[in-house]
Amino acid sequence: MALSKDEILAGLAELVNEETGIAAESVLLEKSFTDDLDIDSISMMTIVVNAEEKFDVKIPDDVVTSLKTVGDAVNFIVAAQA
Amino acid sequence: MTQPLREPVGALHSRILGLGAARGDLNVTNDEIIEPINSSDEWIRQRTGIIERKRASANVTATDLAEQAGREAIEAAGITPDQIDLVIISTISAPNRTPSMAAVVADRLGANPAPAYDISAACAGYTYAIAQADSAIRSGLAHYVLVIGAEKLSDFIDPTDRSISFLLGDGAGAAVLGPSETPGVSKAVWGSDGSRHEVIRFTQTDNDFRNGVTDEVPTLRQEGPSVFRWAVWDMAKVAKQALAEAGITSDDLAAFIPHQGNIRITEEFAKQLGLPEHVVIARDIVHTGNTSAASIPLATHALLHEHPELHGGLALQIGFGAGLVYGAQVVVLP
Repeated sequence: MALSKDEILAGLAELVNEETGIAAESVLLEKSFTDDLDIDSISMMTIVVNAEEKFDVKIPDDVVTSLKTVGDAVNFIVAAQA
Repeated sequence: MTQPLREPVGALHSRILGLGAARGDLNVTNDEIIEPINSSDEWIRQRTGIIERKRASANVTATDLAEQAGREAIEAAGITPDQIDLVIISTISAPNRTPSMAAVVADRLGANPAPAYDISAACAGYTYAIAQADSAIRSGLAHYVLVIGAEKLSDFIDPTDRSISFLLGDGAGAAVLGPSETPGVSKAVWGSDGSRHEVIRFTQTDNDFRNGVTDEVPTLRQEGPSVFRWAVWDMAKVAKQALAEAGITSDDLAAFIPHQGNIRITEEFAKQLGLPEHVVIARDIVHTGNTSAASIPLATHALLHEHPELHGGLALQIGFGAGLVYGAQVVVLP
């Protein structure tokens, strides 16, 4: 069964925390991965690969570069689950 | 009736008998290259693990580095240059398209008239050449093979490029392989994916530059995050296949020697493989930089110098890079 937006946000926040140590509570929909959370491109890719496994979706390389905010990623995963 | 042809009979096994290394004579620190990329020592260390890279002076060619590394490897193998009956060099930075670097190096080392040729398999080239050398020895085509990965990548850098130039270094690593009574090189797991040739590429062709289509000298670029994903997760599968082909598990390894492309690749790769704590991981990139085909033999050479207890142990080596191409095998360390 598809996960809700809130569940995906919580799961993604967990992955961000595991990779970077950033507190899960700071991972909010409006936050920019680079400007607000200071996540570099390599850590971002690690989070993406782990998110693919966790949510059973495919996130191609060209999509990764378009995911500017946490909300972008959550929305993509919501749509990809459908 | 036609007389049946005589076929060569090879050795049962091959192994690496000796290694050689030559690094660029210039030690280039992060501070020396950060200005044109508007970066910092910390930024480079954090993203790549590199503290400094070795680069060669203008008058030193990749051929010179190959010669130096090859000479040491022959001496370490305990044979004489005239016993070498095959020379294979992997390079993407030969001074000329032809003649091959291998023919010149064979002659300089005293291995003339050994057959000699260059291969182009970028950062996987050393593993490709090791596979060929092993096959040549076991098929009877050759007895002692000199394999070299040699690069002068500083010829292809753009100081303002933030994708790959700041990673690159110059060097050559060499191995002499010969017949062995016990297995010393496992079957290679190797392959290519040319559909992704643009992930690591030159900015333009030599011809476009020569014909004035562009006034920029061709230099290297990469899509860093895409390379990272492929180099870790796809290559971890290849590495596991190589272990299976060798009939061993990671518990049997003494060392893990991946292409030295980025320390973040190495660390995540090791994590994905779940290597036991006793496995020593090569991190030569920290002081040498990324030297493409030379990186695995250079890292192996350094590892054996730092950890003499690894002699005779099993090492998983894996190369991956532009093509895309990849190759992995398990070798017995000399």
